[in-house]
Amino acid sequence: MSNSAKIQDGQLLRMHYDMLRIRMVEEAIAERYAEQEMRCPVHLSIGQEATAVGACHALQHTDRVFSTHRCHAHYLAMDGDLKAMLAEIYGKAAGCIGGRGGSMHLSDPAKGLIASVPIVASSIPLAVGAALADQIDGKKSVSVAFFGDASVEEGVFHESANFASLRKLPVLFICENNLYSVYTPLKDRQPPRHITEVARAHGMNFATADGNDVVAVFKVTQEAVERARQGGGPTFLLFDTYRWREHCGPGFDNHVGYRTEAEYATWRSRCPIESNRARLQGQELLSPADEETMVSACKLEIDAAFEFAKAAPLPEASQAADHVYA
Amino acid sequence: MTEQKRMLSLGDAIREGLTEIAVRDSSVLLMAEGIADPSSVYGTTSGIGKYIDPKRIIEMPVSENGLCGVAVGAALMGKRPVINLHRVEFALLAIEQIVNNAAKAHYISNGRHKVPMVIRMIVGRGWGQGPEHSQSMEAVFSHFPGLKVVMPTYPRDGKGLVIAAVEDDNPVIMIEHRWCHYAMGHVPEGYYTEPMDGPRAVHHGKDITIVATSYMTLEAVRAAEALEKLGYSATVFDLRVLRPLMLDRIFESVQQTGRLLTVDTGFSKFGIGAEIVSQVVANCFSELKTAPRRMGLPDHPTPSSRGFVTGYYPDSMSMLRNIGGMLEIAEDRIEDAVRELIAQRKGLPIDVPDPLFKGPF
Repeated sequence: MSNSAKIQDGQLLRMHYDMLRIRMVEEAIAERYAEQEMRCPVHLSIGQEATAVGACHALQHTDRVFSTHRCHAHYLAMDGDLKAMLAEIYGKAAGCIGGRGGSMHLSDPAKGLIASVPIVASSIPLAVGAALADQIDGKKSVSVAFFGDASVEEGVFHESANFASLRKLPVLFICENNLYSVYTPLKDRQPPRHITEVARAHGMNFATADGNDVVAVFKVTQEAVERARQGGGPTFLLFDTYRWREHCGPGFDNHVGYRTEAEYATWRSRCPIESNRARLQGQELLSPADEETMVSACKLEIDAAFEFAKAAPLPEASQAADHVYA
Repeated sequence: MTEQKRMLSLGDAIREGLTEIAVRDSSVLLMAEGIADPSSVYGTTSGIGKYIDPKRIIEMPVSENGLCGVAVGAALMGKRPVINLHRVEFALLAIEQIVNNAAKAHYISNGRHKVPMVIRMIVGRGWGQGPEHSQSMEAVFSHFPGLKVVMPTYPRDGKGLVIAAVEDDNPVIMIEHRWCHYAMGHVPEGYYTEPMDGPRAVHHGKDITIVATSYMTLEAVRAAEALEKLGYSATVFDLRVLRPLMLDRIFESVQQTGRLLTVDTGFSKFGIGAEIVSQVVANCFSELKTAPRRMGLPDHPTPSSRGFVTGYYPDSMSMLRNIGGMLEIAEDRIEDAVRELIAQRKGLPIDVPDPLFKGPF
């Protein structure tokens, strides 16, 4: 394990680039959302980039990732096609799923993001089922279920964890704890116990890391991935992080009264990108000019992708009933 | 007994079908609570493990929603899972995975994903099964685009249908009436399929069209036979496939008979019969000679006591009375025929399967 935990400089820089790309895509969506051309709910990942990027960098495109309503970061961290993502959010035929699902259902199976499901915890058993298929076939792929803190309140999480642990399936349960379910804080929904206790109750390996530290997330995920590939069974990973903007939509909502400005400011000061930038600069891996190059490259890609998505044609109503049955 | 006359019950025929397809296709996974226990889902999964890799026989923890989701996930990876539930009611725990993921993965993925899975569920009846061990609920599952729903009645059809369901690239709900499991009939050996191609006429007549599902088909055929003694005749359809619902054969029949009676195993209100009547009225309005009638369970939960269930289930007698009303047959003639049907039951209690329905069919 100690060997695999060594991170190459190139990977550190790629992780930084991927976090920047996600942040800039999400901000670009927020900026343009008022135009009312992206006519579907959007659940932005701003503030939570490190969990997605750190975890997905420990995976291959042959692994199977399942996400939730907040799936933009996972899609992009798995190197999902940006044009197809934005076209999907714009409701266009060129969207990654042809405009049939919108922002909450992003998928790019060729890159390893198999499906995103916006019903809380609903995609967790899908990841476990993919892991079951791979175990039966003797494949080395690992499945990953991303979910938020509220998912451990759902029965299907426990059913899935029980089965995965029972059969030592190659699956990771990655809990991105952003402390809120919409407006309701964790303390009003769960008893005062560490969330990893639920993994312990299911006889499952578990680990935690600072969800705003992309390197820490990467390292514990890589360890869990290795264990799963070697037949060591599932791991529950808990990453504490924070959603900066409202649950659903482009804006900030600290003023509506469910959380304090001070709490937000504390998490804002722990920005996963800023702290990683400081680390990389400290290691002399990233100069301001290097980062400016990254930002310019992202901006070029993003502008082109928005242009593509806006110009792309809407799907035809005559095709709305296609793909009901295979 | 020659090979061609081989008789099996529907339950045994389904087990044979599952065995055939599991041996033939190594992507088939069989999942149940107690899949290989002494009961083995009423014998329908018994012994299959002798013929296939035991890795493909999966004991389900008592987690219906989770394991339905697991089956969907495995199906996305190319497996063909078959989940076997002892009662329809347990599927209610899994309705989230069935409706959101199984039914929609193909559509949401713009046709990229397929969910080739089967969920078998069994309708209980009799011996005081009561409110939560005897519901049929075919209308619930038939409501959702993306699901297919089949209800086999006869052994030969059941074996071929279960193989066709496993081979189908869509999620198929297979609802089996426990009392149909006892029905005997000729079942060919080996592999064959019965296509999910709509209803089948199992009795032919000219005065009225009866559309029944599952166990009610057996009752309807008996009513049709009694009707013939009165000088009238009925065409009885075994609906078989509720979704996709293909009613062309029924339209053709109603265009000839001018009369339609539907008989559901589930609740009458908002039931399958309502859908059939609606479509028949829309397609055959000018040919109808009288208002269609629907039969099914009355508008209250299924009670346990045999005192309460008197008259609760549609049967050949109550069907005959409805038919008599629609054909304007003199009431005393209908009541004579009803008395004869009652006599044939030889005092059999209301809460056990009628041996007359064991066939062979």
